[in-house]
Amino acid sequence: MYQTVVRFTGEGVVGLGENYSLQMKGITKRFPGVLALNNVDFNLRKGEVHALIGENGAGKSTLIKILSGAHQMDRGEIIINNQKVSIQNPRHAQELGISVIYQEFNLIPYLSVYENIFLGREHMKHKYFIDNKEIKRKTKELLEELEIKIDLDCLVADLSVAQQQMIEVAKALSMNANIIVMDEPTSALGNREIEQLFKTIKKLKNRGISVIYISHRLEELWEIADRVTVLRDGHHVATSDLKAMTKDELIKLMVGRDLTEQFPKRDVALGAEILRVEGLSKRGVLDQISFNLRRGEVVGFAGLVGSGRTELMRCLFGAERFEQGKIYIEENEVEIKSPQDAIKQGIGFITEDRKRQGLMLIRPVKENMTITDLNQFIKRLFIDRRQEEATAESLVEKLRIKTPSLEQEVRYLSGGNQQKIVIAKWLLKNAKILIFDEPTRGIDVGAKKEVYNLINMLVKNGAGVIMVSSELPEIIGMSDRIYIMSHGRITGELTAQEASQEKILKYATKE
Amino acid sequence: MRRILGKANSSIGKELGALTALILLCVIMSFSSPHFLSLTNLMNILRQSTLIGIVAAGMTFIIITGGIDLSVGSVLSLSSCLTAGMIVNYGWNVWLSVFLGIIIGAFFGLLNGLMITRIPLPPFIATLGIMGVARGLAFVYTGGAPIYTFPESFKYLGQGMIGPIPFPVILMVVVYIIFYIMLKRTKLGRYTYAIGGNEEAAILSGIPTGRYKTIVYSLTGALSALAGMVLAARLDAATSVAGDGFELDVIAAVVIGGTSLSGGQGGVIGSLIGALIMGVVRNGLNLLLVSSHWQRVILGLIILAAVTVDVLRKKGVIIKATKFKGVIMGDQGKRPESL
Repeated sequence: MYQTVVRFTGEGVVGLGENYSLQMKGITKRFPGVLALNNVDFNLRKGEVHALIGENGAGKSTLIKILSGAHQMDRGEIIINNQKVSIQNPRHAQELGISVIYQEFNLIPYLSVYENIFLGREHMKHKYFIDNKEIKRKTKELLEELEIKIDLDCLVADLSVAQQQMIEVAKALSMNANIIVMDEPTSALGNREIEQLFKTIKKLKNRGISVIYISHRLEELWEIADRVTVLRDGHHVATSDLKAMTKDELIKLMVGRDLTEQFPKRDVALGAEILRVEGLSKRGVLDQISFNLRRGEVVGFAGLVGSGRTELMRCLFGAERFEQGKIYIEENEVEIKSPQDAIKQGIGFITEDRKRQGLMLIRPVKENMTITDLNQFIKRLFIDRRQEEATAESLVEKLRIKTPSLEQEVRYLSGGNQQKIVIAKWLLKNAKILIFDEPTRGIDVGAKKEVYNLINMLVKNGAGVIMVSSELPEIIGMSDRIYIMSHGRITGELTAQEASQEKILKYATKE
Repeated sequence: MRRILGKANSSIGKELGALTALILLCVIMSFSSPHFLSLTNLMNILRQSTLIGIVAAGMTFIIITGGIDLSVGSVLSLSSCLTAGMIVNYGWNVWLSVFLGIIIGAFFGLLNGLMITRIPLPPFIATLGIMGVARGLAFVYTGGAPIYTFPESFKYLGQGMIGPIPFPVILMVVVYIIFYIMLKRTKLGRYTYAIGGNEEAAILSGIPTGRYKTIVYSLTGALSALAGMVLAARLDAATSVAGDGFELDVIAAVVIGGTSLSGGQGGVIGSLIGALIMGVVRNGLNLLLVSSHWQRVILGLIILAAVTVDVLRKKGVIIKATKFKGVIMGDQGKRPESL
């Protein structure tokens, strides 16, 4: 499947490289059951901005975690400034001049700018006292150099996201980083802020600092990056000068794989409309969302992280309020103000983060499954335990949940079995509209297929399914129709026949 | 292996631990003092455990939801003073006054619950505030002077005997039977565990978590008032200083009984055993003529020991759980996080 690996540039021999600040060779990392990185090469020139792209699960984050010392590689070689190194832990990585700016910043909100920048590396005076004067002087220097106009004494909590990001950059500089990794730095920024960020990145370049730039927003890469490396399924697919490539070529490299038979076929006739949403809006988050869903239909919602998909689903389920818009269920307008309202209308929500939102991890399997509809087991005030257990037992059998007993705490089950328990909750409740938010995140291939089979079973029984997923093959393989969201709006609608990963990505990156 | 750990951490395991400790303590005490095993002394221990015991039943519910109630001692005092006032000062019917006193206790619990679920205030703060308010009102109402000389019918609550068994002990047993059944067999109990297990998941499963939390705090307020009646009846006096520091004893009993302060796990039987452990220790130290000052030190150490055992046991489980998590992350390895 991977013979088609493309080498675009005449990079030639990677080994000599005086002008490389980082070389990663043959990096291999195996997690139990999954080869996350397979013999991946990555190199970084001094003073270049190198984009690292790939779909979710391609191995970008694993590669960065190895570089930052958070993971240890199984095989491979890392060479920094022509010296072979073995990165032990995040602190060691910092000492080697590697700095990672994550999407979620590592700043302390109620400390000032200068306190944050030198946190843990304070200059001392007379051994026991913090030399604030010196710290402030150095901070001022740093900020001036980066042309950042922020008051030193400002609390980080009072800064905008963009400003906080600048503080992270300054912090990286203060640690004498010469390799800075930026993880989705523009995902939370507006246009003008992005401009400012790019200016700052160019300053870093001029200082000879190399930047690894991770982004899902492909079109901005041409503005800021020099070269690009594409990963797919843990393999290195291509490294190339950006100028030599078009966006379409990049997308093809990112997704280029066959959709094999991993999605079970279903043959279900579509029924009447079961859900219609008109003009749903929430300020700053969702803008005039309209769509519909029929019985027997699986409708996919694609889009980048932060495009508003999860927020839309939470609004539909009453977990979040929205300002405008109407929801019709079976042609009747309904008011949904709380999850209880939604559940009454027959909506079920399989949340994205099952551990935080879906399950009571320290409670038994049985209790987790019956929690949505305990009333059906109540006989004169008391829970009819025998009936409850019988029902739970039948659900365990029906969904083939592997658990030693109904009393097992769900935290001891595997991800796939946990997910089935979340689904079981809504089977019990006979929900007719099911929202699956990232239904197969973190579960293995076999369990994925079982989840797909369950979805097929649900629609066969007349339910309508909404599936939010960041895995494009999954969304294309499972949906009858696909809505694509970007920046809180629906930017495209495709039928299963029309859909392709390229088309979806095009809509998803539409401004 | 996993199954064994699952068991060890279940509430039954914890209750067994507390029960073992209780039996061990009794054995040690019976060797240390010839008076310990006498029927009078055992009944004495039971009677002394009733106040903490009764309130601990409600506190268990609160702690299982992940909350805490610091106001129980003050509410105990205020409702007993008001009831005493109704009976002694106004000459109202005894049982009507007791009933109203319990309603007053439930009302302050309701206030706690509403502040915690509607505003929402953290339970620690809301109940700390009510602790001050209720205690202050008790002082305001009594002017600091005790109210005493109750009719016999009221005193029965604290001093009555049914055969060899003190009436308050019967009362406590009844409370525990009711609360045990509520916790294990009713919707209220199930939702109590669900809220403490994962409140977000409970909300998204359609449970009106606010309503159930409020009920739990109200019940505890009512139990505090009930304990206040028993205390006033026993002493034949209601005072505004009654139950000072009582909340800590109650919380300690619940925690010693194996209910986790982080919520979601535990049970009332453990709390009953916890209350008895505290009763036995106090009684034993009295028999051994240990001064009350040292008793405080020793009880403090016992609380620390109980919680330490709980934390260590959890830590053990956590270490195993991370090992297991490695496997889960393995599935995730394919797409660890969206980068």
